[in-house]
Amino acid sequence: MDFLPYNTRVVLLGVTLLGACAGVIGCFAVLRRRALVGDALSHSTLPGVAAAFLLAGGKHFSLMLLGAFVSGLLAIGALALLRRWTRIKEDAGIAIVLSTFFGAGVVLASVIQQSQESGQSGWDAFIFGKSAGIVWDDVQLIAILVAVTLVIVALCYKEFLLITFDPEFAKVQGWPARQLDFALMLLLLVAVVVGLPAVGVLLMAAMLIIPAAAARLWTQRLAAMLFLSAGIGVLAGVVGTFLSDRASVPLGPSIIFVAAFLFAFSLLLAPRRGLIARWIARRRDREALLAHGGELPP
Amino acid sequence: MNSLQTPTAIAESATKHATKVPILDVHDVTVAYQRKPVLWHVDLTLTEPTLLGIIGPNGAGKSTLIKAILGLVPLVSGSVHMFGQPVSQERRRVGYVPQRESVDWDFPVSVLDVVLMGTYGHLGWFRRPGAAEKAWARQCLDMVGLGELESRQIGQLSGGQQQRTFLARALAQQADIYLMDEPFAGVDAATERAIFALLVKLREQGKTVLVVHHDLRTVASYFDRVALLNVRLVAAGPTRQAFTEDNLRKTYGGRLAVLDTLSQAVEAQERTR
Amino acid sequence: MSEFHQAFWTIAVAAVCSVPCALLGCFLLLKRMSMLGDAIGHGVLPGIAVAFLLTGQITSVYILLGAMVFGLITAALAETLAATGVVTEDSSLGVVFTTLFALGVLLLSGLLRNVDLDINCVFMGLLVLVPNNTIDVLGFEIPQAFPTMLLALALTLVFLAVFWKELKIVAFDPALAQSMGFSPRLVNYLLIAIIAGTTVSAFEAVGLILVLAVLIVPAATAHLLTDRLGPMLAWAAFFAVSGSVLGYLLHNVGRYSLDVSGLIAVMLGVQFAVVLLLAPRHGLIAKWWRHLQLSVRIAQEDILARLYRAEESGERTYALPLSEHGVSPWLVWFAHRQLVRLGLLTGGPDGLPTLTESGRRLAQYVVRSHRLWESYAGAVLEIPPDHVHSAAALVEHYIGPELQDEIAQSLDQPPTDPHGKSIPPR
Repeated sequence: MDFLPYNTRVVLLGVTLLGACAGVIGCFAVLRRRALVGDALSHSTLPGVAAAFLLAGGKHFSLMLLGAFVSGLLAIGALALLRRWTRIKEDAGIAIVLSTFFGAGVVLASVIQQSQESGQSGWDAFIFGKSAGIVWDDVQLIAILVAVTLVIVALCYKEFLLITFDPEFAKVQGWPARQLDFALMLLLLVAVVVGLPAVGVLLMAAMLIIPAAAARLWTQRLAAMLFLSAGIGVLAGVVGTFLSDRASVPLGPSIIFVAAFLFAFSLLLAPRRGLIARWIARRRDREALLAHGGELPP
Repeated sequence: MNSLQTPTAIAESATKHATKVPILDVHDVTVAYQRKPVLWHVDLTLTEPTLLGIIGPNGAGKSTLIKAILGLVPLVSGSVHMFGQPVSQERRRVGYVPQRESVDWDFPVSVLDVVLMGTYGHLGWFRRPGAAEKAWARQCLDMVGLGELESRQIGQLSGGQQQRTFLARALAQQADIYLMDEPFAGVDAATERAIFALLVKLREQGKTVLVVHHDLRTVASYFDRVALLNVRLVAAGPTRQAFTEDNLRKTYGGRLAVLDTLSQAVEAQERTR
Repeated sequence: MSEFHQAFWTIAVAAVCSVPCALLGCFLLLKRMSMLGDAIGHGVLPGIAVAFLLTGQITSVYILLGAMVFGLITAALAETLAATGVVTEDSSLGVVFTTLFALGVLLLSGLLRNVDLDINCVFMGLLVLVPNNTIDVLGFEIPQAFPTMLLALALTLVFLAVFWKELKIVAFDPALAQSMGFSPRLVNYLLIAIIAGTTVSAFEAVGLILVLAVLIVPAATAHLLTDRLGPMLAWAAFFAVSGSVLGYLLHNVGRYSLDVSGLIAVMLGVQFAVVLLLAPRHGLIAKWWRHLQLSVRIAQEDILARLYRAEESGERTYALPLSEHGVSPWLVWFAHRQLVRLGLLTGGPDGLPTLTESGRRLAQYVVRSHRLWESYAGAVLEIPPDHVHSAAALVEHYIGPELQDEIAQSLDQPPTDPHGKSIPPR
């Protein structure tokens, strides 16, 4: 990789880590029908990031990540509160938390814009994702977080599988269902937070949903889905980085664009679950039916 | 992996237990489902291994009773004990077959994966199922007649096959009490008979099996004991004694107005919580 | 424009933008399609970008058209994707709107390279610019945006009026709608089209992202106050306006001028939280209060019943009778105090609590309920006598006079309960 400038190598490492983490955790979110909770969490990190930026008087990566995490935790708490104490439905709860927290973030952003003179260095990155925002020190922190996350998933694989597939059965077996669920939410938050520098608040949800949805089309086994999703996430990140570099467009949207392309590709061409495969199978069934003198259903 | 004791040894120890401590003791259980009382004063004691059928009309609270015994829904009053202990302390000895609708069958797991989940309780934290667990899971699959389908994704199964997968999972739990919620929904008659032979064998091994059953025609031939439920326990006991026309009329003859009024009154007040 | 006029018109524009969104959002909320609002808000961006590319203007009829087209595309694509059966509903929505949004950002960032328009404005709204672009109407200086917004509001109201019946049924019972002959799907798509249109008008005020706030939060707040559709719409509109007013009024803090659209979203959320606490029926405080009242009543009845039983058996209680359910001593103390205040209990000659005449009557009523229930449980439910008492102790507090009569009648007015204690008369 010597032909690549140093900065690009750092960015590549950052998006690789992001792709792997979001890909893996996204699978659990998507399978648990929590895809849009990821969207809420990523929007909800904005006030925390802004507050950290203001407190630190400038870009301070680890503090901003911490701020994002705290903000996200509050959002998780708010969601749980709404679910437990009110009759507000889940989707409405997500919408309320998302917009209120994001609004607070925008307010703090306006404060930042007025307190910094020259181009809020490192601030914009967290909204849309900018490759210029990723440096080696930052990536080290991201690497640690991603490593811890993946280790936890590997350790608790069967516990997470069980709680995602059949939480009631988990309770019967004596597993602490609520705590495991909360652990998954925390990991989801970590996945969101490590992706913010590259992809930004607005688009992070895509990285949680698209690779997982694409991977699901190729395989019927969860373990394979996790690996595949991570792979798609990494591929989207890497290709997106090059695309962003060549075409001089922001990093976040490029990555999402590549991911979407991979999704469309999977949707069409995946064996068995892909649209083309299903169309062929339907054709074959019709012909077999006709050949045996049967009648087609109306 | 625990190796199974011989059936005689298990039956002996079970009988020993029977004279000391009831296998299942449901004591004056009243259950509210989302704040509305749906089960009143259910009292059920089992002292020896048995095959018990729970029957009643729709909405009678049969599933709720199962869930209340398992601790999946909170009790408004009363208690449930297994082998003399609260259920939460005897989780290792309880097997559960839920209704088919309780999971998303599009989930990317194979039949074997699901059955392996039954072994998780014995594995404890972090340990993965190994060769021994897989061998045992395959045995359970054979017992329900799904041996050849172990690699199939669960969404590709028929309804009856899905139900049998859950059954195999419960078998893999190696429990002493099994609670099954309509395990025969969608199963054809031949398979149903085969599965019942399996349940009888379980009982012979000293296990206790409670089954929510929907088909009145087969009750007399399948179960030693029945519990007739309609928001409250109408009757419970050996099939010959409890499964009478009189009791059936009481069970299926409509709801008790008094209980309904009371349920509504409680719900109206409890909605404040 | 004077400062007052600036304030007035900014608020007016914000309000006129958010009211139609709040009204339409009520339907999204009731149909559990709240996140579709978020999706549409994101998905319209490419439409806006394309229209902007073609016309070079940030507010024009083409922007509106582009938005509506892409709003419909978002919904249609998501539905088609979910219909394949290989992608879940929420994932379909997520895939479609994030992709469209990314596309929109790409287009805009490509376009805006040569244009002096901070991309943040597209997302955070252009309220701050409102007072600057004005036109002359009948001698008054009015923001250019206002008439367009007013038109959008009018169209929304017309739409709601025309399709009121259909919308109401589709919101509460789509199956019924189908059986009545009109297609819920058509109404759905009309709704989505109108939402996409009003979304863009709201984009003027609060920016694309905060459209979700205006769509859902006032509606959710309204839902805490009423269950009927008409009042809910009215309340939603009210909260949308009040949120806009509050947001604007609070935006000057010290030397900072806070972003108004963000502040509006926060204020909407604060309103929601406040109503959540204070709403008379569904609010948390009201619930807590009613629960407390219930607990006090139960404790009071327990005390009275305990004293009655003590009188029956002739014993004298030497300590404040505690409820059988193990409630907190404070509650018991408070209940006791209330009983004395209500004249149901007195101190008695030797300092021990005694029932007054009215107290005895109430105690009698409760004990009658208790023993009737024990009889009922024993006779009809066939519950053994030693199991009956705990449930009766629970149930006795919920048996009203009619139910009591019903039970007594069905048992043929029994004189004693399963334990042999006599059942007090009415």
